Amino acid sequence: MSEGNGARDSKMLHPELGDANGQGGAKLQHAEGASKNLQSRRREAQPSGAVIRGDRPVDQSEAANRFMAAPEHAKIHDERLWDLREKRDRQMHGIPEWEELRTLASEIKEHALTRLDHYLELFERNALANGIQLHWAKDAAEHNQIVLGIVRRHDAKRLIKSKSMLTEECGFREFMQTEGVEIIETDLGERIQQLDDEAPSHVVVPAVHKLRGDVAQVFAKTLGSDEDNDDPAYLAERQREATRPLILSAGIGMTGANFLVAESGGVVVCTNEGNADLSANIPPVHIVSAGIEKVIPRLDDLAVFIRLLSRSALGSPITQYTSHFRGPRLGGEMHVVLVDNGRSTRLGMEKFWTSLKCIRCGACMNTCPVFRRSGGLSYGATYAGPIGMIINPTFDPHKYSRLPFSSTLNGSCTNVCPVKINIHEQIAAWRQVMSETHEMPMMKKAMMAAAGRLLAQPALYRVAIAAADSALKHLPRFAVYNRLNSWGRQRELPAPPAETFHAWYKRNRGARK
Amino acid sequence: MRIGLFIPCYVDAFEPQVGIATLELLERLGLTVEYPFDQTCCGQPMTNTGCHAEAAATEALFVKNFSRYDYVVCPSGSCAHQVRFHLDAIPQTEAVTAVRAKTFELVEFLHDVLNIDAFPWAAFPHKVSLHNNCNALRGLKIASMSELNTPAFSKPRRLLEKVRGLEFVEIARPDECCGFGGTFSVFEEGVSARMGQDKVRDHVQAGAEYVTSSDSSCMIHQQGCAARAKIPLKFIHIAQILNGAMA
Repeated sequence: MSEGNGARDSKMLHPELGDANGQGGAKLQHAEGASKNLQSRRREAQPSGAVIRGDRPVDQSEAANRFMAAPEHAKIHDERLWDLREKRDRQMHGIPEWEELRTLASEIKEHALTRLDHYLELFERNALANGIQLHWAKDAAEHNQIVLGIVRRHDAKRLIKSKSMLTEECGFREFMQTEGVEIIETDLGERIQQLDDEAPSHVVVPAVHKLRGDVAQVFAKTLGSDEDNDDPAYLAERQREATRPLILSAGIGMTGANFLVAESGGVVVCTNEGNADLSANIPPVHIVSAGIEKVIPRLDDLAVFIRLLSRSALGSPITQYTSHFRGPRLGGEMHVVLVDNGRSTRLGMEKFWTSLKCIRCGACMNTCPVFRRSGGLSYGATYAGPIGMIINPTFDPHKYSRLPFSSTLNGSCTNVCPVKINIHEQIAAWRQVMSETHEMPMMKKAMMAAAGRLLAQPALYRVAIAAADSALKHLPRFAVYNRLNSWGRQRELPAPPAETFHAWYKRNRGARK
Repeated sequence: MRIGLFIPCYVDAFEPQVGIATLELLERLGLTVEYPFDQTCCGQPMTNTGCHAEAAATEALFVKNFSRYDYVVCPSGSCAHQVRFHLDAIPQTEAVTAVRAKTFELVEFLHDVLNIDAFPWAAFPHKVSLHNNCNALRGLKIASMSELNTPAFSKPRRLLEKVRGLEFVEIARPDECCGFGGTFSVFEEGVSARMGQDKVRDHVQAGAEYVTSSDSSCMIHQQGCAARAKIPLKFIHIAQILNGAMA
């Protein structure tokens, strides 16, 4: 983590809050969103994420409101991610063929997804030929059991892993803990989240919702560091000292996969910390967990994605490490677990299958004005932000029935998506699904039905407008601005005009034509 | 050429001067403009909320009102976008597809259909921040978008450049949504208002006296935020400036 002093003064939306300096510490300008630090005597508590009550619908806006009620967290979160968006834009302008690359990436993914059986079998043949042991998991439980089986066969007590959204999706860490296997995350952000017993809030920068003070508190509690020292270099060093010995003596190493290359049977993992290489190369056994949608046909295709991935994600030309794993090391073992967990069902959904093109760059989160103001934990799901709004309901349409409404449908997510997923259109399509499958609150549905009836009857509509204008004009302020009127909580209502356009036209342009 | 004037429900109820300016501007350009009395709305509030079936009767009424015109012109990109891209809760008869194809947002209509390149009657000697509604921007593509690596252009800006004395100011996050979002503004009030406050702040820091847009919905929202914070920022629809409003 770095909280470099990178945002330009002119771009600060809240200069009155930011009296900042860099506060020292290494600046990873290319790898992290910069934001100014606030000077504050009292430490602001980190807001927690969405309240989860079993299968009941997650209330994103409730959690978002709590996030915004913590002004330092809200401000820095917004600025860090906007900074990533600006860096992305600069990288994009350095590539004249950017839009063609996006089209190409989209076409390659659509090609592979519509021939998924073929490419997965090709990958399997080539991986086996390379000496990789291949496993197929139909769901999260099977994935976890397969990995546990490998761990048990090697009688391992500790497993180190790099960040993988798929393992989050599978509840892997919790499962292994109940089986008595110690898991050590090697990605710094993910390690922070693990130590704080929190899910990642973002697919690329998992602890981006935390301030350095929050990290100092987590490390003080779990690693025994100085609670009052929030210098990033100090914190990173303490974590490294505490975790390195555990990494060096781990029995099993695990990584995710950014890409599976069918023609070579190889796995490609992109990181900035080199931590996937630690996970893959230090222990004698390397397990790769990969969703089946990660397969691409050829090594040549990879170039298209590598050019887009880090530029879209962090606004850097490339990740520090792009590691190719094609087979086990001499004397070692390499396993690939190919996981479906709902993906083949999603592939059959006419309006939503293209969400499988996602390469998990997080650009849609960085640009999303709602995500930036809400924090990723407000979505209460493995995948936050715009992409999460269209993926999570495929896992549980009831629990995630309200998520598609946490969007203004502004479309910026679709425009930044390097594989051209029509994210905002899919968000709108999910709203329709929720409405038609009775996953919408009754009150909201009833309001919409009433509006639809009224707007279809011009005469009644005119009476209603006159009554509403009259109410605005004549009711006392306390009757208009109350808790039932959510518009008026933080906004003024427009002043009612002397007459509607309709009335003006009638008066000035004569009778009905 | 017969023009059907479509006045969005919120313009009718809250911003009649925007409707009047649109009408006068089109008439000034020599067009025959009619306002069908039985119009109400394009159906967007329901569609936007996922309630397509509930929008069907409103959509049918829209088609009935506007079928007889050569063009339908509307001072809102959001509503024009709804008609052109989402008016599909009813059977797509020839009449329906015809109305959808001939419905234009005012800026598009002036720029693409009429090719107007002068507004000799218009002067607006003020510092102005231009706000594009997201549906107008990313749906109707009235301007190039900051997320895409495509040649820069802006139809509203090209029109406003013909107005004497008007000076543009540039905000830090030009294409950032202001948080109105239709029913989002009431169902997700907290984030909506925060986005509006941030947008207003951005305009103020850029030195804007006025904000202009081809959509009143975004401006009603932003004006509400500015008014609550007692920020003396002024809002004016692009139709009013082009029609020669002297501020």
